Amino acid sequence: MSGTYLGMPAFPPPPPPAFPEAARDAVHDQTLRGNLRHATHTIRAKRARAVAEVSDWAALREAGMRIKDHTLRHLDRYLVQLEESVTAAGGTVHWAVDADEANRIVAGLVKATGETEVVKVKSMATQEIGLNEALEAEGIRAYETDLAELIVQLGRDRPSHILVPAIHRNRGEIRDIFRQEMGEWGRPAPEGLTDTPAELAEAARLHLREKFLRAKVGVSGANFMVAETGTLVVVESEGNGRMCLTLPETLISVVGIEKILPTWQDLEVFLQTLPRSSTAERMNPYTSMWTGTTDEDGPRTFHLVLLDNGRTDTLADEVGRQALRCIRCSACLNVCPVYERAGGHAYGSVYPGPIGAILSPQLRGIASEIDASLPYASSLCGACYEVCPVAIDIPEVLVHLRERVVEGGRTTREGNKVVLRPAKGHAAERAAMRAARWAFTHPGALRTGQRLASRTRRFHPRTLPGPGRAWSGTRDLPPVPAEPFRDWWQRTHDGRDRGE
Amino acid sequence: MSSRERILGRVRRALADVRQDDTPYEQAIERSYVREHGERSAEQTVDLLAGNLADYRAIVHRCATDELAAMIAGLLAGRGAQTVLVPSGLDGDWLAAVDAERVPDRAESTPHELDRVDSVVTACAVAVAETGTIVLDGSPDQGRRRITLVPDHHICVVRIPDQVVSSVPQALERLDPARPLTWISGPSATSDIELDRVEGVHGPRTLEVVLVHGPG
Ligand code: SF4
Repeated sequence: MSGTYLGMPAFPPPPPPAFPEAARDAVHDQTLRGNLRHATHTIRAKRARAVAEVSDWAALREAGMRIKDHTLRHLDRYLVQLEESVTAAGGTVHWAVDADEANRIVAGLVKATGETEVVKVKSMATQEIGLNEALEAEGIRAYETDLAELIVQLGRDRPSHILVPAIHRNRGEIRDIFRQEMGEWGRPAPEGLTDTPAELAEAARLHLREKFLRAKVGVSGANFMVAETGTLVVVESEGNGRMCLTLPETLISVVGIEKILPTWQDLEVFLQTLPRSSTAERMNPYTSMWTGTTDEDGPRTFHLVLLDNGRTDTLADEVGRQALRCIRCSACLNVCPVYERAGGHAYGSVYPGPIGAILSPQLRGIASEIDASLPYASSLCGACYEVCPVAIDIPEVLVHLRERVVEGGRTTREGNKVVLRPAKGHAAERAAMRAARWAFTHPGALRTGQRLASRTRRFHPRTLPGPGRAWSGTRDLPPVPAEPFRDWWQRTHDGRDRGE
Repeated sequence: MSSRERILGRVRRALADVRQDDTPYEQAIERSYVREHGERSAEQTVDLLAGNLADYRAIVHRCATDELAAMIAGLLAGRGAQTVLVPSGLDGDWLAAVDAERVPDRAESTPHELDRVDSVVTACAVAVAETGTIVLDGSPDQGRRRITLVPDHHICVVRIPDQVVSSVPQALERLDPARPLTWISGPSATSDIELDRVEGVHGPRTLEVVLVHGPG
């Protein structure tokens, strides 16, 4: 095994550059920055309204956190229960230790059907393991069917946002991609296609419909799996999920082991918090729930592939394990001043933004420059924690991981306890320092500085707990004052953007 | 060692800090959130459902039971539907006035055949007022999941007030997890292009909901 692979498109993947280098390109790309800014600000405002509609939001958030924490603390028991329920309902459960194994299992299942193409509904887990590329290598073509994923796939591009993966593309770019590429993959774009969103959506509808109608194998992830009933849940907007989940004869779902909920009733919390946090809707257009197979309705064969790929290593860290509560709503991306400036690609994995900064270095370890630098890709303003529907204290985990990068210490890799050496003086440390400087010297990254509440101040590098304190006192890291970040910036830098 | 044993072993070692007598599920989850938001009469709940359905671009109609056949016939004729998919257990009276050719929901129909049908008429399992959602559970009056997916026009009949609940928690209480469930809140939509909401991508582009009252 060669470390945990988190899905980059080229195959095999080139090592991504450290965060600050990758971010620098994004900052200089005016189109990208304009697209990102528009998108994140729009959705941020909508989300705030959708959340304000619900009087008991704080209680729902608390319950969501507790359900997830409890499940993680008893994950072995719930995994076994889920396996029993899914099997009893007619499904087959597979276990995959890492990306390679998951890809082998899925490729084998597809081959057994005799098919050479599959339709896919957007899933972070299958992106994480690089499933499309692995299937391609086995002569199987995977068609992405989510509109944004289609844009990404046709543009030979990488997703840059969890929920809106083509958020970095504007309508003109999308029209050009459709005109140039659709013919290569199937039905070409209609003559005279313009860049109005309605026409672009219609072009995608026509292009994908022929694929849905003939598909024999569907591949999905899942937002939730209910241990007591064996039910899987997919939350979506476009109906491509329903197509992939109900029209094919065989359905293969690849799901991270942390997606379990103990009971059917637990869904009542997340079906309220997820849509409002992600698309800022009271409810998303379509939610599908299925339990094994149903006679004469939907796929005759259902396979569930349970994926570890670094999750048990993350679970072993008592501070870091809270990252596994994540329900991938993407609210933390939309409020993050660093994400807004740097763009999703700078994070070097399928998980961008604040959640990516704490998840990737735990799933993959911190041996590479990108992973060592990610915990520094933040100004620790705390906005991500405030919006998180499962109350993940992202700043706390960031500081914890920074300390690990610098001080080294005990951790778990591929199930084994290992002692990391401090990054001191190594390339990883230098990359981390550059990332920190980047995050701290971009005024755009400080715009939400006034949110800086006293509760997050304790997480700033200057007050790193334990041995970190000595380190942060002697290194070239801008100190974080007690006054609001933006005021500090104005006072000390005249608001100038020094850039990097 | 199988991958199953390896993963379960890793999970157990990762949780070495969790004590045997860790707080059990019932006590670990505090459910201080509400079962429904606000207090409403049955009539107000139905109004809220209608408002929220319309807000997500479903077209809402109301009628009495004895007007339903004319209502459905009118909606299908208004769209010029030549063919209509019919779940096996749909109340025959509902389609009594319909001219369009009836296509039964059959296991052997191919997706391409369904794609040539203009409309589908179904009942529902439950409707959720606070979110403007209808839920289908594959019962005989709702049919297989795909018949409400492939045709471009879906007419869904909701019996008011008894099929309407206020909230998501109340809806889950009424539903059977063993059945395949589809929660529908407005016609399919995407916001993937510059976050502009566009209705109608892959599911039915037109969703009409008929709220029917009176003796069934
Ligand atoms: S960390 Fe929280 S806010 Fe961010 S994607 Fe996950 S659940 Fe959403």
